[in-house]
Parts: sequence; C-alpha cells; structure tokens
Amino acid sequence: MLFINIAGVVLIGLIVWWFWLYKPKEAELGEDDLVILVENGTYHPSRIKLPSGKPVEIKFMRKDQSPCSEALLIPDLQISDTLPLNKLKTIQLPALSTGEYAFHCQMQMYRGQITVE
Amino acid sequence: MNKSIADTAKDHCDDEVVTPESSASATSSMHQELIIEGAGCASCVGKIEAALKQVSGVNQAEMNFAQRTVSITGDANVADLIKAVEKAGYNAKSHSAETEEDALDEKEKADQAYYKRLMKETWIALALGVPLMAYALITGEMNVNTTGEQVVWGIVGILTLGVLIVSGKHFFVGAWKSFLNHSANMDTLIALGTGTAWLYSMVVVFFPSSVPQEARHVYFEATAIIIGLIDLGLALELKARGRTSEAIKRLIGLQPKTARVVRDDKEMDIAIDQVLLNDVVRVRPGEKIPVDGEVIEGHTAIDESMLTGEPMPVEKAVGDTLAAGTINKTGSILFKATRVGKDTALAQIINMVKRAQNSKPPIGRLADVISAYFVPVVMIIAVSSALIWLNFGPDPVVAYAIVSATTVLIIACPCALGLATPMSVMVGVGKAAEAGVLIRNGAALQTASKISAMILDKTGTITLGAPKVTDVLIAGEYDEQTVLQLAATLESGSEHPLAMAIVESAQERGIETGKVSNFNAIAGHGVQAEVDGKTLLFGNEKLMRERGIDLGAFVQKAQALAADAKTPMYFAIDNTFAAIIAVADPIKEDSIAAIKRLQHSGIRVVMLTGDNRDTAKAVANKAGITEFFAEVLPEEKSKKVQELQMQGEVVGMTGDGINDAPALAIANVGFAIGTGTDVAIESADITLMRGSLHGLADAIAVSKATLRNIKQNLFGAFIYNVAGVPFAAGVLYPFFGLLLNPVIAGAAMAFSSLTVVTNANRLRLFKAQEH
Repeated sequence: MLFINIAGVVLIGLIVWWFWLYKPKEAELGEDDLVILVENGTYHPSRIKLPSGKPVEIKFMRKDQSPCSEALLIPDLQISDTLPLNKLKTIQLPALSTGEYAFHCQMQMYRGQITVE
Repeated sequence: MNKSIADTAKDHCDDEVVTPESSASATSSMHQELIIEGAGCASCVGKIEAALKQVSGVNQAEMNFAQRTVSITGDANVADLIKAVEKAGYNAKSHSAETEEDALDEKEKADQAYYKRLMKETWIALALGVPLMAYALITGEMNVNTTGEQVVWGIVGILTLGVLIVSGKHFFVGAWKSFLNHSANMDTLIALGTGTAWLYSMVVVFFPSSVPQEARHVYFEATAIIIGLIDLGLALELKARGRTSEAIKRLIGLQPKTARVVRDDKEMDIAIDQVLLNDVVRVRPGEKIPVDGEVIEGHTAIDESMLTGEPMPVEKAVGDTLAAGTINKTGSILFKATRVGKDTALAQIINMVKRAQNSKPPIGRLADVISAYFVPVVMIIAVSSALIWLNFGPDPVVAYAIVSATTVLIIACPCALGLATPMSVMVGVGKAAEAGVLIRNGAALQTASKISAMILDKTGTITLGAPKVTDVLIAGEYDEQTVLQLAATLESGSEHPLAMAIVESAQERGIETGKVSNFNAIAGHGVQAEVDGKTLLFGNEKLMRERGIDLGAFVQKAQALAADAKTPMYFAIDNTFAAIIAVADPIKEDSIAAIKRLQHSGIRVVMLTGDNRDTAKAVANKAGITEFFAEVLPEEKSKKVQELQMQGEVVGMTGDGINDAPALAIANVGFAIGTGTDVAIESADITLMRGSLHGLADAIAVSKATLRNIKQNLFGAFIYNVAGVPFAAGVLYPFFGLLLNPVIAGAAMAFSSLTVVTNANRLRLFKAQEH
C-alpha cells in the first residue's frame, strides 16, 4: 500500500512538472518559413521565439477538423482571427516589445506562446 | 484604442492580396494569376518561378513577393500550375477563385463531412456499448470468475479496443500529441478515462488473480458508451455551432456574384472581383448593388435595411452614395464604383463582425484562467481520489478506486467552461449586426450592458442635423434680402450645419453669394469676415457683448425664439447690430420614443449641445430630457463625459460629428451614429448604421441580453464542474452510499457543452423591443 501511495504522489508530482514547470524549447522564426501546424488538439510548434522591434508574419495551417481549433486569439495584441481548414493563414504581428504573448483557441485548449527577445 | 473600420480591415489582412489592377489581368486567357501561400522568404521566389516554368505551356512566370502573387503568361492549365506550386512545397490558388461565400461553402462542406464522421463513430460505439449495457442491467453480471467468462470477455475486450480505435482514435491521438507538447486538453481526459477503464478490464480478463475476487468486474460497456456519447455530443455541438454564425452568413450572402459594367460603351456581366475602381455599373430595379459607388445617372429608392436595419427605402439621385449588398427598388441607375473588393462598406462590416465575434469580453477572463489549469488539476484530483479510495474505501477498493478516477476524468468538462463566453458573444454580436448595430469587440459589448448614463449630442443625434432658417428679425437699416445675402456669403465657406442652413435658405430664395475675405472662426462663439468692404460678425450674444455691440430689446426676442427650440444668432454689420437670424433643427421623428426606451431601462439621459441654454432647454423639453449641458464648446465635450464618470456613472456618449471624437474615446462606450452605410469614417466602440436613436436602445438591449446569457452559461459550467467532479470522486459515498456511474458521467459531459451552445443559440430569438 505504501508503494502505491508513493507512486500516486510521484504521479501527481510528474503531472505538475510535465504540464506546468517544464518549459519546452522554442522554435525560432528563421530563414525558413515557420508554419504553425494546428493538428490533433495542439499547435506545433507551440512555443516560438520572435525578434523584437519589427513586424513579423506568422503562419498557421489548420489540419484539425474540430471547430474549436478554428479561432485564433492573441489577446495581448487584440488579434482574433479564423483559421481556414487545410489552408495557410498568415497573421501579421506588429513590431513587438520583449515579453511573452500567449495565443490560443477560443477555449484555451490549444495553447501556444510567443516569446519576443 | 479606437481604430477606423478601414484600419481594422487592414490589420486583418491575410494572404489573399486582391488589387483591382491584378484582377483585370486574370481575365485574359494568356495571362493568369495565382495567389501563393506559404512563401515566407525571398528565396522561395526563385523556387516557385522555376517550378512554374517547368509546366508545359508556360512562357513566363513572375512572382510579386510583396503581394504573394505570381503572374504567368502562356496557355497552361490552372490546375497544372497549382499542382506544380504544391509540388514545390507551397500552396496556390487561382486569383479569382475564392470569395467569402466560397470559403463559407467550403467550411460548411467540411463541417458536414466531420459531422457525418462523428455520427458514424457514434453508432459504431453505441452498437457495442448499448447491448453490453443492457446485458449488465438485466443480468447484473459483468464479473470474470471462470475460464469461459475469461474467453467471452476477452473477445468483448478486443471488440471494445476496436471501438476505441475506430470511434475514439481522435481522442487518443490528440491526447498523445498534446502530452508531447506539455499540454493537456479534453482529449486527454477522455483518453485517460476510457483508457483506464479498458486497461483495468483487460487486466481483470487476463490476470484475474491479480485483483481481489470481488473487484473482478469489467467496464467495457462504459468504455464504448462513453466514447459513443462524447462523439454524439461533439456532432450535435457542431450542428448547434453552425447556427451561431447565421448572422455572418446572411451578411456574406448579401454580396452579389456578378456586376453589369459599362466598358467601351458596352454593357457586360462580369464577376464581382473583376470590377475596377471608377467602373461604371448599371443596376436595374430589383437587383443588388454590387460594389460601393456614387450615382451618376438616374434616380431610385434603395432598400438598405439589410445593412442599417432601417426599414424605409432611401431615395437616391445623382451624387448620392450607394453601398454594396443593398437592393435597388424602383429605377434603373448608372453609378461609378468608388470602393471595390475588400474596401466596400459591406466587406468591412463583415470583417468587423467576424473579428468582434471572436473577441472576448472581460467577463470570460476568469473562465480562461481556470481553463488554462483545468485539465492537469482534474488529473491530480483523479489520482488523489483513487488514492483515498485505496486507503480508506470499502472493499473492493481497487474497483472503487478505478471507477472514481475514471468518472472524475470523464465528467470534468473544460469545454462547457471554455465555450460559455465565446458562443454567446458570437450570437450576440451577430444579432446586433442584424439590427444595424456594429459592436467593435467583446469589451464594448460588456461595458454597453452596464451603461448607467447616456450623453446624447443634440445636433444630428437627437435632431435631424439639417437645420433650416425659420425667422429673420431685422434691426437696422439693412433689409432681409441684404442681410441673408451677406450672412450667406459669410457662411459659404463654413461646414457648420447652422451655416449651411443659412446658405441653403439664401439659395432657395435665389440670392447669390459674393466673395468673402479675412474669414475667421471664433470657436464656440461665431465667425467674422469681410464682404464687400463690410466687416461682418455673426454669432452668439457673448460675442456681440465682447465686441461692445448694443443688442437693445432683441435679447428678449432672441430668448422667445430660443424658448421655441430655435437657435437665434446675432448678425452685426460694421460693428452695428443688424438682425437676428433664427435657425431650427427639427427633432428626429423617433427620437422621443427612443429616449423614452432608454429612460425606461433605467438610464440617465443627458443632452449636450453647443447651443444656448434656452434653445437647449426647449429641445430637451420636447425630447423628454430633464438634464442637459448647454453652451458646451467642442473641446469641453469630453470634460462633461468625465464629470459624469466622476459621479460614478458608466457613461455612454453618442455623437455624429468629428468634434465628438475625443468625447467618444473617453466615454466608457462611444456610440457613433452612422450616416447610412458610410461607416468607414466611424471610429467608435459601437456604430449605429442608421440615424435613429432606437439603435442605441437596441444596442444596449442586445448587450444586456448577451451578458445575461454569458452569465447563465458560465454559472452553469462552473456549477456543473464544481458539483460534478467531487460527486464523481465519491464525496457523497460516506453519507449516502452514492457513487456516480461512469456512463452517466460520460452522458453528462457530452451534453454539458451542448447545453452551453444551445443556450447561446437562444439569443437568436432575441428581439429588440418594438419601436
């Protein structure tokens, strides 16, 4: 029983670490075109790094049929847009100051983050 | 904070770059144009051009990187060209291929296909789940004790795995992908819940000895039914969601597909996206106006109700503006296209409504914060609940622990919470647009529902804004004709509505205006200029007194005029008082009723005007307003807004003029009264497309209804989760011996988000009070 209890507590610790504490690597907007794929309930890559001080474009390709994935919101930038299915959609971002900007679907189940450095 | 709709439209720009010039080129068979998607770097240009040149029939391919378009000369097939670009790793489409309506059709088709798939998956899952459930209910036997039972349940287990793969694959793939992405969503909960139930059952089947005898129960029926019910819930939700966007569909449907243009003296029907600026367009009675324009021949009545909500057709003659999507009722007209494609008022309205529908009012923020942590928290609750059952629960502890953990995972519904706000905003903003009320965003919608005081600008808002000269009282040596001639000359350069009234009045009497020099506007007081060597001064009493001009008994006469809701203005020639010219601006027909509506809903209505106190009082009396600010200089308007805000009011400000812009911006909600369909100039939080103040009452009523709906949804979703999760974990078991069945949890979860969407759809039935 002790073993089960310890395993349970470790499992809870793992959930906290995996979903909240761990910060995965950020994809950078480089020479190659960066397209964020919206598929299977996620944005991929979900964390992207952008340069500060100049307007940039980010592109989304939605392959997910779920209606939830249709809306894209970047609340801090007051951007809300619709992502068409199986089509590339370009979102133009203004010149950003350094910081973190979250983007997500209407229900926040699809979540991503833009880090501006 | 406030942006014009045109700016908004620009912000909103996507890959499709439509220019009239480029559209024209697409008409030639030798010259084709493609829109390229996915080309983000300059090096893509060479790659795309090279790929296109490989296609047989292509002579030349040149890409415009800035516009993401490529023009191709030659006689190649469009499909081949698109295929070549796709092969090179980019997307392409024909320049004129896609309109908003096509995109919508495509989306509907995709939704339809997704719905069919979900329904198929539902039936497959239920076909296994329901008979199993019936068996369990009838026999009460789902235990594995003999080898025979092991074989039978083993087969059922494999069938259930089939259901999980066929009907539930998307949950598992989604859960896994988001897990890799360090995120968790609804898929995670469902996959974990059903996966745990299935795995446990398989352990019971294959290794019965590893679990206590009383816990050798299988949950295949729950697994299959939960998957089936959640698929069913998703399918029904998809249908209900479709209805929430009806308003935008209706707006998009207003856009005609073709236009009849006159080119080289010939009339021809062309696709709407080929119409160029300054094209001359012919519209016959009963037809829709294809693009925005200005009438150059003929006169007619136009039904603008679909855009403005104004039921009466509007008369249009040469020089008047037309908006795309409105209907020509009576006459055949020719007009010149002034705005095409994405620049038309209709396109801008569609864009603005779409954008507002996706934005969120602040009330949804708490739900957002909760959603962000929701799934991992539920997972932790599920693990904790299992541990508590294992440590303190009655026998069979393993079965109880598994059931409670599974039920917690299944019943928790982040979707209901996440959908609560956006679904209502979607319907509410659409509903408002149908009534000719354009709401900029969710925040404006929410604040509008809380307005406690409404400031109405008098001229053009309460009144028609088209004043007329009613009285000319002569004081000195000059006769009425001369006074009007001089006054009209003086005012001919001014755009002030009162000035225009005097100029029009002179024109009506056939009086010609002369030349004016040294024109000087004295803000808030009047104007001064020289005409025919005479120094003319025209303005209010204050101005005359400042210049030391004696008004004699005319002050009383002016007061009498003002008491009759007229605006008297003093006119002096060479520093001698010459006449009073009184102008009156009639109150709009329905202003009084609309103001009453506002007052009935508990809003403090305050009138604001630059006019003198007496005129203001008379107009306010007529309009049924008890509180007013008179003699307010343009720059003081925003101060008055602040004054009310200091009194603790949530202030709405309604105005039509450019000088209202600062006050509109500083108010909690700025309402711009649109002049018909010419909305591009507006920069307020809420734009009323028609001149009637009923739009104001409608806007507030829609906002209130929407906020009420959001609150119901949020409350329902919160209560559902707050009550459902602990119930599923078994908090009621120690007291009442109650533990929730996972199947019921699945049904509750599937229908909780459907309930939210359905409740939001109720808003579609909202009707503004009869005018």
